[in-house]
Amino acid sequence: MFLIERARVMIADNRKFLWLGYALLLAALVLLPFLLSGTVGRTWVRILDFALIYAMLALGLNIVVGFAGLLDLGYIAFYAVGAYAWALLASPQFDLHLPFWAILPIGAGVAALFGVLLGAPTLRLRGDYLAIVTLGFGEIIRIFLNNLDHPVNVTNGPIGINKVDPISVGGADLTRTHEFLGIDFSGVHIYYYVLVLILLATIVTCVRLERSRIGRAWVAIREDELAAQAMGINTRNVKLLAFALGATFGGVAGGLFASLQGFVSPESFVLLESIMVLCMVVLGGMGHVYGVLLGALLLTVLPEVLRSSASPIQKALFGDVYIDPEALRMLLFGLALILVMLVRPTGLWPASSRRVSSRAQTNK
Amino acid sequence: MDIFAQQVINGLVLGSVYALVALGYTMVYGILGLINFAHGEVVMIGAMVALAAVSMLMTAAPEMSPLLMIAVAAIVSIITCMVLAFSIERLAYRPLRNAPRLAPLITAIGISILLQNIAMIIWGRKYKTVPELFEFDTHIIFGANITDLQVIIIGVSAILMTLLLLVVNFTKLGRAMRATSESQKVAGLMGININKIISATFMIGAGLGAIAGILVAGNYSVAHYSMGFMLGLKAFTAAVLGGIGNLGGAVLGGLLLGLIESIGAGYIGQLTGGFLGSHYQDVFAFVVLIVVLVFRPTGIMGERVAERA
Repeated sequence: MFLIERARVMIADNRKFLWLGYALLLAALVLLPFLLSGTVGRTWVRILDFALIYAMLALGLNIVVGFAGLLDLGYIAFYAVGAYAWALLASPQFDLHLPFWAILPIGAGVAALFGVLLGAPTLRLRGDYLAIVTLGFGEIIRIFLNNLDHPVNVTNGPIGINKVDPISVGGADLTRTHEFLGIDFSGVHIYYYVLVLILLATIVTCVRLERSRIGRAWVAIREDELAAQAMGINTRNVKLLAFALGATFGGVAGGLFASLQGFVSPESFVLLESIMVLCMVVLGGMGHVYGVLLGALLLTVLPEVLRSSASPIQKALFGDVYIDPEALRMLLFGLALILVMLVRPTGLWPASSRRVSSRAQTNK
Repeated sequence: MDIFAQQVINGLVLGSVYALVALGYTMVYGILGLINFAHGEVVMIGAMVALAAVSMLMTAAPEMSPLLMIAVAAIVSIITCMVLAFSIERLAYRPLRNAPRLAPLITAIGISILLQNIAMIIWGRKYKTVPELFEFDTHIIFGANITDLQVIIIGVSAILMTLLLLVVNFTKLGRAMRATSESQKVAGLMGININKIISATFMIGAGLGAIAGILVAGNYSVAHYSMGFMLGLKAFTAAVLGGIGNLGGAVLGGLLLGLIESIGAGYIGQLTGGFLGSHYQDVFAFVVLIVVLVFRPTGIMGERVAERA
């Protein structure tokens, strides 16, 4: 991490190197799915797709938790709202098949609305009271999704909605294999490129936001709300904006998730998912866009690596599978969370300017 | 049978268990300002260990009296949970006491995942049925059924809560705990060994949690490696509802949440004209929580903290 930071400083001195660096990064991003499907199989490209979606989610949550310092334990609700918005507007459920450029803004808008809906009554709450209310909000959304199959069937209940339309451009379904320039691109590959593009846009937005007037207002509120207010920041609007923007990102990620997966069910939006996304943000380095990105990629890829290696390694070491591989995988995952936080309490790659916040220093 | 009275009794039983678990959350929060996410799993471990101890005794010493069996199992489970809580605090929370606020939250989540999966490896994925050691009589009061077991659950919880309040308010340990929660620094200057007090707080909470786990397992006749999660969540909600950090608040919040849930589940259908069914029980609880917090942002009995200077 440190080396990358150092390299960036060095590169920043010389524009030629900067462009070279970007070109190399771009080439790596373009070639990565081919490298993966050529060596470890196409499933890993799919995992990468999901990692990119989670990265988007984590960046959205980072706005709320990392920038504005509002602990949100129900963030997955916005992801759910986005996913269900997409699923309802583009599936046989109501026989609606809107094109993606129409649904994506609708999903984002609805999610933002829910963000304000959650934010408005909770503006006065602090710290952990806010956490439990957001948690409750997330559960309320999930329970409604789970039970809205009667008296009027909206969400199809626990079964979820099937046959969700994928993104299609000009009638071409992006989850199928297409030939382009003589190369076969399978669905997961094409999705990878789409997701990379959207993620890059997300990253740019986040970085620009952080350095904007609004971003500085968020940080001011995080560090000391009272002082921020005294400086003339309209804390109410700025906090609501953090909720709404964070929710928007979640909604977009949710829509993409629904279209990639092809079906949605309430099971994908349980509390543990909210907690996972929060772990990505905190473990990566709260408030630091690249740190959060790293956290998201690590925490999606690591469990998958553990999943595929839990049984073979046991077989190689002890000759048989003694421990349930699924349990072992989660066991190691939990252990990794604890160890990383113990060794690096501010996260793997914290923002360089981020000092221990005043709240942590004052002894309650 | 009177449905309302029945729901009140069910609510009180549920609520007293919530209250016991909520006390564990609220004590730790009062002293460290930390959401001990692993507490629910400690409760689960308590239930599982007690169950394992009972089944072991039933095969090893079948002629032993059931009451003695329960007592031995409870003691084993309480000690296990206390040791567990002590180690959790020592390994996962103490090193992070001066770290950013969210760091211990993540280790707490890590511990929670860890404990759940260890329990799954040891006891398997299946629901464990609790052996029936006693025949419980059913009584009828106010037209509602109440079993001996339910009376025991309410009674045991009430006794434990009273004991805890006495300990916290009238003993040296309790005074030290209250001083530590006011200010660790000043309490340390007054000659209180902060680390010992914090460990003791965790252990008392875990002991109460172990008993709560046993009561829950007895009440539903099953135990499962994932039982701690939802229970912990509800108990934490109860603690916040009452005003986190406040012992009386945790008891009140627990009982209230239990009552809201069972009465809500019983009447929600009628209230909404059959539109919402009893599946919405949890929605009801959380909506009440949100409404209470909107009007009293620090819970029902929470102190009105002044803005930080």
